[in-house]
Amino acid sequence: MPESPSSEPSALSQALPIVLGYLPVGFAYGVLAVKAGLSLANAGLMSLIVFAGSAQLIGVDMIGSGAPALSVIATTLIVNLRHVLFSAALSPHLRGMPKRRIALFCFQLTDETFALHATRFHKKQRAAAKTLAINALTQSAWVAGSIMGALAGGFVPDVKPWGLDFALPAMFAVLLVGQFLSPAHVLAAALGGALALVLSQTPAAPFATLSAAVAAAAVAALTPWSPCRTTAPTRTP
Amino acid sequence: MDQSRILLTIAGMAAVTYLPRLIPALFFAARSMPAWLRRFLAVVPPAVLGALLSQSVLLAGGNIRFTLENSFLWGALLTGFLAWRTRGFFGPVAAGMVLVAVFRLAAGS
Repeated sequence: MPESPSSEPSALSQALPIVLGYLPVGFAYGVLAVKAGLSLANAGLMSLIVFAGSAQLIGVDMIGSGAPALSVIATTLIVNLRHVLFSAALSPHLRGMPKRRIALFCFQLTDETFALHATRFHKKQRAAAKTLAINALTQSAWVAGSIMGALAGGFVPDVKPWGLDFALPAMFAVLLVGQFLSPAHVLAAALGGALALVLSQTPAAPFATLSAAVAAAAVAALTPWSPCRTTAPTRTP
Repeated sequence: MDQSRILLTIAGMAAVTYLPRLIPALFFAARSMPAWLRRFLAVVPPAVLGALLSQSVLLAGGNIRFTLENSFLWGALLTGFLAWRTRGFFGPVAAGMVLVAVFRLAAGS
């Protein structure tokens, strides 16, 4: 039995902010995908096998404006390269898992699921069933939202009055508070936030999250407050 | 593009999205990580969260919106405060969403 303190909230309540955020954004993607000329099947398939919000929105926009396939794929690679960092950061917690489960887990790794699982794993909440349930719920919401949007086509309800578009920023805020574990963590968060904003205003904007996080984490790791203790199963060199 | 060409494009997008998600995890599942890398990766989650939060709260249409009229800024402050005080998860998220909705109703936007 993997360690999973009974205090851990249910998979549903942890997935709910992501679900509430993904449904309307997935819906918007679905609408745009159909408008860009994707069939319902292709619009849904992209959410199923790509499962990357901003890359999908950029991708259908490029397809709609007649961009060549290779340039759509190259742009997707650039926008999604930040996942390298997420995958590496979670890897110490995945060690010992069967390869097939690692493969499934990584398939459903997004900004939001990374943020949630990084926090859970740090608290030793690693129950496989809960991890898989959270990922299944969040991707289901993304695919369901996409298909509903593709079916609705031109009719786009405004979700803003409900505050639904704040579900994901709010979840980032909750998870960030949980990450204030040492002065180095606080420094990394502040630097990452500031650098990402600055980079978002430059031509390097597609790399803003990745490059801001790498630079901020590198600086924080070099400070004397950097936690030497890690959450990973410790390995002596 | 016709639908079969779009299908191929989607397959390509899926491949270049999945490989960066998979390769580091598989690579480090099989070997130990140098200490400096562990030290770096330990502070990656807060760095990523800071970057995601600042962009999702302070960017609107690509422009920085650091003003008192930014409802997301107030929502994030309330949500963060409640998360810190209560250690709750969905409660603070819901409170922030309600504040943003009320803020918009009051502002008539």
